[in-house]
Amino acid sequence: MPQYETPLGAGPGAGGPLIRFDGVVKRFGDNTVLDHLDFTVAPGERVTLIGPSGSGKTTILRLLMTLEQVTDGVIWVGGEPLSHMPKGGRLVRANERHQRRVRRQIGMVFQQFNLFPNMTVRQNITEGPVHSLGVPRGEADRRAAELLEMVDLADKIDAHPTQLSGGQQQRVAIARALAMRPRILLLDEVTSALDPELVTGVLDVLRTVAETTDITMLLVTHEMQFARDVSHRVLMFDQGRIVEEGPPEQIFGDPREERTRAFLHAVLD
Amino acid sequence: MDFFIDRLPLYLSGAGTTLVITLLGAALAFVLAMVVGMLGTLRNRAARAVATGYTETFRGVAALVLMYWMAFAIPQLTPYEIDPVFAAVLALGLNVGAYGAEVVRAAINAVPRAQIEATIALNMSWWRRTRSVVLPQAWAQMLPTFGNLVIELMKATAIVSLIGVADLTRVAQEQRAATGETIAAFTGALVVYFVIAQLLIVGMRLLERRANRRLGRLPASDTGLWALLRPPPATAIGGGRR
Ligand SMILES: Nc1ncnc2c1ncn2[C@@H]1O[C@H](COP(=O)(O)OP(=O)(O)OP(=O)(O)O)[C@@H](O)[C@H]1O
Ligand SMILES: [Mg+2]
Repeated sequence: MPQYETPLGAGPGAGGPLIRFDGVVKRFGDNTVLDHLDFTVAPGERVTLIGPSGSGKTTILRLLMTLEQVTDGVIWVGGEPLSHMPKGGRLVRANERHQRRVRRQIGMVFQQFNLFPNMTVRQNITEGPVHSLGVPRGEADRRAAELLEMVDLADKIDAHPTQLSGGQQQRVAIARALAMRPRILLLDEVTSALDPELVTGVLDVLRTVAETTDITMLLVTHEMQFARDVSHRVLMFDQGRIVEEGPPEQIFGDPREERTRAFLHAVLD
Repeated sequence: MDFFIDRLPLYLSGAGTTLVITLLGAALAFVLAMVVGMLGTLRNRAARAVATGYTETFRGVAALVLMYWMAFAIPQLTPYEIDPVFAAVLALGLNVGAYGAEVVRAAINAVPRAQIEATIALNMSWWRRTRSVVLPQAWAQMLPTFGNLVIELMKATAIVSLIGVADLTRVAQEQRAATGETIAAFTGALVVYFVIAQLLIVGMRLLERRANRRLGRLPASDTGLWALLRPPPATAIGGGRR
């Protein structure tokens, strides 16, 4: 097995949850978006976050990707702190170096794809593996071809992102994230910028990923049928707190909380 | 016309000097602009202070006076003489570099935040992000303004004629003094300056077109000499979906 595939962060916490939010607070100015949030995600688990607009779903994923920093509390990944690092027996704020090492395990797919327009599809997919992980160029190219095969875009390997439809761009973005061999994949409303007829193709790819890998997924989606099919657990958020959680059949079929019911009623109509 | 044809070798050698000073000055300005412009985008306060210090200082200094200072004051302050061409290149490079640094800084800051976030999700280092994503995208944004700066720099090289360098302007002045043919002498210089400017413009357009094509903003079919002589379409400059 190539060295970069070795599971990272397998330390004292291995065997426990892969992701742990421990009293996480996030404020923007005096707007408290997350207020002492606690939850865990097990290795291989696929968790869907639902909830009304502004309830903090995107913020949770962005904190995990280190695109935002916590105001208080600690985020743990694979038994290691991500937001912090140990120093002299205490946890202090993580520096860039520490975050780079821990977030190696995490990949993200964005709502607006965010492909690099100055690169071909192939370069988009190989740039991270080659330069962040040190994968040899030839191996990265082979892997890119395989991944493009999987997302059904093998013929677009030398195309530029601007020559692709939104759905194709998003499938490339998924391939790009997978090329980094993440243990954790974050998906934030990855189909909501797409024309309706392009949604199915992207969701099919994600179903394949869910069925054929043991990648842990955190997803935010309005595609309730998809969420039901692929997730092990659903977390219902409101105002930065978990209102209710459970297996998808229960949350979608027999929600206990009034707020969950109201929310589902609103989106399903 | 005969006047000009007879003196063509003189004018061409003057043009050569003008072009050399332009290219050296532009090279220095480019390096300064890139380095200082990038310093200006860092979070590090000291780096930003250096960048601000440089741009504020050299933007406000007349290249002519700076050149005089280097050519005449430095020999008095130090045991060294500065070659006049070198003094001009230094003065123009420092001056235009200060404008260029602002262009670079603005272009880097204009790269969409979403692109930076994608590099973080791919765990790229600062240098890799800059090298692979930020600069290639900012480059297309910088080029049109760089083109203007190069033309300005080229025209400003005429200051070397004041410290005895035989550039195009100096050749024209000497021919006028020697022959009294004022109109012919200066018209010749104007024409040659114009030709040099056109060459620089075409060169910059080539770079711009290549940069835009790399960002997938130009169809590959839009080629040929005619396309080069007109400005790129408005959408190719700052627009396009990014
Ligand atoms: N960079 C920011 N600066 C200030 N406020 C922010 C920022 N990002 C998010 N917020 C605020 O945080 C709150 C939660 O936003 P978030 O994007 O996490 O919600 P969400 O659950 O993803 O909503 P949606 O379903 O609309 O995507 C909102 O009130 C939002 O205005
Ligand atoms: Mg959101």
